[in-house]
Amino acid sequence: MSTVLQATDLTRTYEVKRSVFGAPALVRALNGVSFELTPGKTLAVVGESGCGKSTLARLVTMIEEPSSGFLTIDGRPAVHTDKDLRRTVQIVFQNPYGSLNPRQKVGSILEEPLKINTADNAETRRQKARAMMERVGLRPEHYDRYPHMFSGGQRQRIAIARALMLNPKILVLDEPVSALDLSIQAQVLNLLIDLQAEFGLAYLFISHDLSVVKHIADEVMVMYLGRPVESGPAETVFAAPKHPYTQALLSATPVADPAKKRERVQLEGELPSPLSIPSGCAFHPRCPIAIPKCAKVIPAERLVARRQVACILAE
Amino acid sequence: MSLLEIKNLTVSFDTVSGPFRAVDGVDLNVDGREILSIVGESGSGKSVAMLALMGLLPDTASVTADVMRFDGKDLLTMSDRDKRSIIGRDIAMIFQEPMSSLNPCFTVGFQIGEMLKRHTRLGRTERKARAIELMQAVGIPSPEQRLSAYPHQLSGGMSQRVMIAMSASCRPKLLIADEPTTALDVTIQAQILDLLRDLCAEFDMALVLITHDMGVVAQMAHRVQVQYAGQKVEEQSVEDLFSDPHHPYTAALLSALPERATGRGHLPSIPGVVPGQFDRPPGCLFEPRCAYATASCRSSAHRQGPELGHALCNHPLINGAPADGTQAREITV
Repeated sequence: MSTVLQATDLTRTYEVKRSVFGAPALVRALNGVSFELTPGKTLAVVGESGCGKSTLARLVTMIEEPSSGFLTIDGRPAVHTDKDLRRTVQIVFQNPYGSLNPRQKVGSILEEPLKINTADNAETRRQKARAMMERVGLRPEHYDRYPHMFSGGQRQRIAIARALMLNPKILVLDEPVSALDLSIQAQVLNLLIDLQAEFGLAYLFISHDLSVVKHIADEVMVMYLGRPVESGPAETVFAAPKHPYTQALLSATPVADPAKKRERVQLEGELPSPLSIPSGCAFHPRCPIAIPKCAKVIPAERLVARRQVACILAE
Repeated sequence: MSLLEIKNLTVSFDTVSGPFRAVDGVDLNVDGREILSIVGESGSGKSVAMLALMGLLPDTASVTADVMRFDGKDLLTMSDRDKRSIIGRDIAMIFQEPMSSLNPCFTVGFQIGEMLKRHTRLGRTERKARAIELMQAVGIPSPEQRLSAYPHQLSGGMSQRVMIAMSASCRPKLLIADEPTTALDVTIQAQILDLLRDLCAEFDMALVLITHDMGVVAQMAHRVQVQYAGQKVEEQSVEDLFSDPHHPYTAALLSALPERATGRGHLPSIPGVVPGQFDRPPGCLFEPRCAYATASCRSSAHRQGPELGHALCNHPLINGAPADGTQAREITV
């Protein structure tokens, strides 16, 4: 099937000043990531804080440019200045309380992208906004209301509606349901599933909640300190994770079943700082099965049991 | 006799637009060494009930209860002075945001020492030794050096460990943990939960675990209390709650979990939203969103017996269907 986005070996580093005279330190937020997005499919990016998942979202939405690597969207190289291309990628943020302007009414929030990017007149814009409101399950009378008059779930619907106003091909969802209550989370996930089927959207779904990812993802990419450690079809990865980090992550996730008190792969210690990434395999200081070689060699991704694994010991 | 006994706890806040009842007649019992979990969505009053017990609510809150007894002592009639000697020492609490619950201006060692100074008669060197011992017990590496660390130098997981060390410093009989792992990554969450479970066993401590995460509940709790819009709607042992929920809200909440869904596609969701200050239904609070609600639910909801999980419901479920044969209805919101 055709791909709508192709990322090859993306890296992103940031310079941080640590002292007035010292040389700036390099934070390697993203350290060589390749993936593809397909229309109508969901790629989930999973990882803990500091693994680079939000940096990835910023690169894909062209908010920032990669330090190295290639990004092609819709067959065209993604450059910062390509305004048309930017319309094809939209983003929904985690916190709907922070991502909507409290001084704008819902109607003008939804019409703003049209105002900036299209030549539509006011009447067309209003029609499009009202149609989109209906599509995401907002009532017509909500058009003249302010964001503070809505609950978290409804605000997230507004944010999703705003992202869809320009008919994008790719939607980046940065933890879209983690700020929502459980009963509302299910409503928003259902909406996202419906919209994907209707518009053939490609989703880049960023999350730390593995049970949500399991439900919504076709493909999954597990990241650790800026590198993918395991990626492949979601069912394959979740059924039998091969990388020790994926195994630990899955077993650390609490299961809502009191009968299943399973053996944990307990991880020692904390995530290292992205300022000083360990040598060799970045995971080796916490890895339960590490051998001395792991500290020296950066493991290349290789195909193990129908998924890419970056571990020299996985089989 | 239970360690903590609360009957008919009500907390209401004076707001500009009139009183708002955040906790509405909640009963709570915790036995010694037990892990009780209080689950509910935002606005269910789970945190406010515990803050009321700790006396941490602002002046705009009015707290009433029929019984509030801890370890045989009546907290309602007790003087504030006596209460202060219990709270912090015998009942301790940790919060959701470990980074913001520590004072950024003082070192970790000072803050742990402060607890000991207030509640014990240990001298300065003894306090330091005890602080190191505590930090070791909660799994902080190289505690001697970490004593002089400031909170901003610690990660979220480490800060939460420091909070746990502080709260465990006087060997409390009851620890209240308000969403202790919500702000943490999953691998760190697993470490903190294991730590809490070990501490309970080691110190003979009871734990009230407030959370919204059904996974955490299933892994940790012995008994579960489900709250909705300030009311307790169900209470059962953890195994029974997950295998046979009796309140339609609990049942709906469990089936909305993505991991319980069969295959991909739509999740069973609960229509509508939790009622707020102005749209509280007169009868059962869950009635507008409930698939099994009937006319009688619009006027009141009855409390069922222990065999039906104390469910606050007129048509309690048995094995997923109302025992009295009420048919499901279509809900329009």
